[in-house]
Amino acid sequence: MREFGIGQSLPRTEDLRLVRGTGRYTDDIAPAGSARMYVLRSQHAFARIGGIAIDAALEVPGVLAILTGADATADGLGGFTSMVRRTGPDGQPNFEPPFAVIARDVTRYVGEPVAVIVAETLNAAKDAAELIEVDYEAQPCVADLALADAPGAPLVWEQCPGNLCVLTEVGDKSATDDAFARAAHVAQVDFRISRVAVSTMEPRTAVAEWSEADQRFTLHASIQNPHMSREQLAGVLGLPSHRIRAVALDVGGGFGLKGVPHPELALVMWAARRVGRPVRWTSERSEGFLADCHARDQIVHAELALDEEARFLGLRVRVKANFGAYLSLAGVHCALGNIGGLSGVYVLPAIHGEIRGLFTHTVPIGPYRGAGRPEASMMIERVIDVAARDLGMDPAELRRRNLIPADRMPYDTGFVFTYDSGDFPASQAKVQEISDWNGFERRRAGAWARGRLRGIGMAHVIEIAAGQLDEMGAIEVDTSGAIAVTTGMQNHGQGHETMYRQLIAEFMHVPPDKVSVRDCDTDQIPYGFGTGGSRSAVVAGFLLETLASKVIAKGKQVAAIMLEVEPDQIDYREGAVFAARDSNRSATLAEVARFAHQPMHLPPGFEGGLSHRQMTRLAGPTFPNGCHVCEVEIDPETGHLDFVGYWVSEDVGKAINPMIVKGQVHGGVVQGLGQALGEYIHYDEEGQLATGSFMDYQMPRALDMPAIGIVSSDTPSRNNPLGIKGCGEGGTVGALPAAMNAIADALGPLGITNFDMPATPQRLWRAIRDAGGMPHAMAAE
Amino acid sequence: MPLVNMTVNGRPVAREVEANTLLVLFLRETLRLTGTHVGCDTTQCGACVVHVNGRAVKSCTTLALSCEDAEVVTIEGLSDGEALHPMQAAFREHHGLQCGYCTPGMIMSAVGMVRRLGTDLDRDTIRDELEGNICRCTGYQNIVEAIRAGALAMADRPDA
Ligand code: FES
Ligand code: FES
Repeated sequence: MREFGIGQSLPRTEDLRLVRGTGRYTDDIAPAGSARMYVLRSQHAFARIGGIAIDAALEVPGVLAILTGADATADGLGGFTSMVRRTGPDGQPNFEPPFAVIARDVTRYVGEPVAVIVAETLNAAKDAAELIEVDYEAQPCVADLALADAPGAPLVWEQCPGNLCVLTEVGDKSATDDAFARAAHVAQVDFRISRVAVSTMEPRTAVAEWSEADQRFTLHASIQNPHMSREQLAGVLGLPSHRIRAVALDVGGGFGLKGVPHPELALVMWAARRVGRPVRWTSERSEGFLADCHARDQIVHAELALDEEARFLGLRVRVKANFGAYLSLAGVHCALGNIGGLSGVYVLPAIHGEIRGLFTHTVPIGPYRGAGRPEASMMIERVIDVAARDLGMDPAELRRRNLIPADRMPYDTGFVFTYDSGDFPASQAKVQEISDWNGFERRRAGAWARGRLRGIGMAHVIEIAAGQLDEMGAIEVDTSGAIAVTTGMQNHGQGHETMYRQLIAEFMHVPPDKVSVRDCDTDQIPYGFGTGGSRSAVVAGFLLETLASKVIAKGKQVAAIMLEVEPDQIDYREGAVFAARDSNRSATLAEVARFAHQPMHLPPGFEGGLSHRQMTRLAGPTFPNGCHVCEVEIDPETGHLDFVGYWVSEDVGKAINPMIVKGQVHGGVVQGLGQALGEYIHYDEEGQLATGSFMDYQMPRALDMPAIGIVSSDTPSRNNPLGIKGCGEGGTVGALPAAMNAIADALGPLGITNFDMPATPQRLWRAIRDAGGMPHAMAAE
Repeated sequence: MPLVNMTVNGRPVAREVEANTLLVLFLRETLRLTGTHVGCDTTQCGACVVHVNGRAVKSCTTLALSCEDAEVVTIEGLSDGEALHPMQAAFREHHGLQCGYCTPGMIMSAVGMVRRLGTDLDRDTIRDELEGNICRCTGYQNIVEAIRAGALAMADRPDA
């Protein structure tokens, strides 16, 4: 292994500023003369707006402007459009209401922007907001997905009867029907995947400036994808995208939330142009609960057909997915874009799914770590456990019997995906060993004797990574031999700055301190796709290797001129040296770079400089995978649940920095466990948010979460030369089903077959009580 | 507007503030010490933890005026010049941060924890003590490891 290169657990470069408190998050930037923006939000889930009286509010000292839907109409402000289109119930392209940035005549969710107040101080803006009178005419609403298509349910959009936006089928219906007709056993399960709030610790935030001279915006924002955000914002504001510079410096967590453009980004820009001053906006946490796109929220029925030998014949799912009141950029994608995960890691000859996407009077649904992958994984992995219980089989054995064998890679699932590589049986065996799976029944009996319910759950993970194959990057070598790297991917905790340095060390043999990583800024590089979908390591590996090889090839030409030999006589060697073969002549990268910047020494027509920029396209996506085991213990007296153990075997292909990979697994797992345990967004019948702060919304805390044991079971990807597969989302994809399987296993002995997340003490206690409680005679045995 | 006097990271400061100004906003907006963060509005997350007279407190629920004559230390003042404080170094060494947003509060809480409970902290104690600090990225495991290691390293640095 090369020093500082691929495979080393190097401490992160970015930490040097972050641990000192000298990071540069968006709210840390306060341009001189900035004004503040506050957003007045709808108090009603569904209401007609009769009028908005702002005169009294305008009198508040320090108020610079108050803008409403009428102003937005006058200025031609649009909404954000959906990136995915499917079919509606009539088989035509589905109805696509853009994600409105401010309400016009109707509000459709609690928290929808109704007016924007710009003032010298935040306090002045808030004071003014209190004096704005909105004439609401409240209408009956529907916020609960389960009720959205009930007869007579209020309609979010008249255009969509039954609130049905998308009705799509996936897979092969007749083959699946045949499989079920032949089945020796059919297992079925109904469950709900709860609605959650992404809750990055840094709230969404933005600072916008409008330059009248340049006729151009500068937007600094907490976003994952400056280039994509810029395109969307240009559409909303009605400008060509080159009139917007979008920059993301340090970003305090994203997880998909900050990949979706939200109204306030457009509003803060609009406000800045209107008042001719820089304008800052930062969400408060309670605002974030109302107005950040929520995630998940599906109702699922899944059935698995098995033959006499417990081999899988077919899988059938019926899914209702909440879209919220508008389609966010990725709302439809979350329900459908990753449904390919249904095939799991199994030989599964027939799959059919019917997905209904429904509107409700709630904030739009957006992506959250996995974005449909944890949901698909829940469907296959939960129903497998139900089948095992029906058949009296060890769920690990049932899985083992149906795994895709390693020698069949690459494997076409026949559904959506073709897997690049993986050894699922080995992965399962490894996690069974470190979790002492086979010793579990002893632990269960021990817990039972103590009056506790203990359960174990397994789930395999497979997820598509780097589905977005393209990216742009640049490597520039300056006259001192220092290397600057720029890409269109954005670092918000994944360690890009360190990873890029390791890749450059690998390909160009320079130590990390000679490498700098430029900000993700649309003025630094013209295009990019941002960070998301577990793509950055896979994409960066291929991109930087390509760029480095081009720069080295150019360097060889320059060195050949310097050393007066043919370019094919030059080798690039350890220590960043260009050496003429069979001679003692050589030049360092710095010397070559200096020479390259002196065109007078170069032949006429020779292109000076030593840098390269291009886009690359991967040969295909990758499929990181793994096997998770979760063990829980429940106190039936209090309903308290303990995650007593958690183990993962992971296959990320080739790890660039194993320390960072483990950190991604830890974080991902805890986001899955958090949803299983306590995170839960709940709207009441009036569409009011009942869980709108960290007091009511139970974030996972250190004391609730287990230590996680990780073993690697890496098989290199065949879809990129370095074999990298990515690791961003797998933790969450596995943790949700592993935890719910463990909880179901713990409750099974009491005859409880259906228990939905979240596993809060009250809900567990009630379920156990309703089932008659812990049988004392048995407990005493 | 009333005047407040305090020492921040060893430097005396005297500023006029509105009576209801929170310490965190005084630090961030008035003194431009932006290492201290705001992650919530209900005193739950701990992103805002600083030291006031040696004790870790949530600066989002502390009035600036209540710090009259106090000794305030923020994340920017924790290290002694170039070298990282042992707890900062341990967070880096053990990958106890990802996005870094919760990190200043975590580190200030951790140092407060060591001052109250000593340098030999077991993992369960650390997890219990982190009740008031939320991290969305790390899953806590490496934060626990970092605090344990940072605490032990502080044993060798009585001044830290
Ligand atoms: S900002 Fe102080 S506890 Fe959250
Ligand atoms: S590192 Fe991101 S919130 Fe803790």
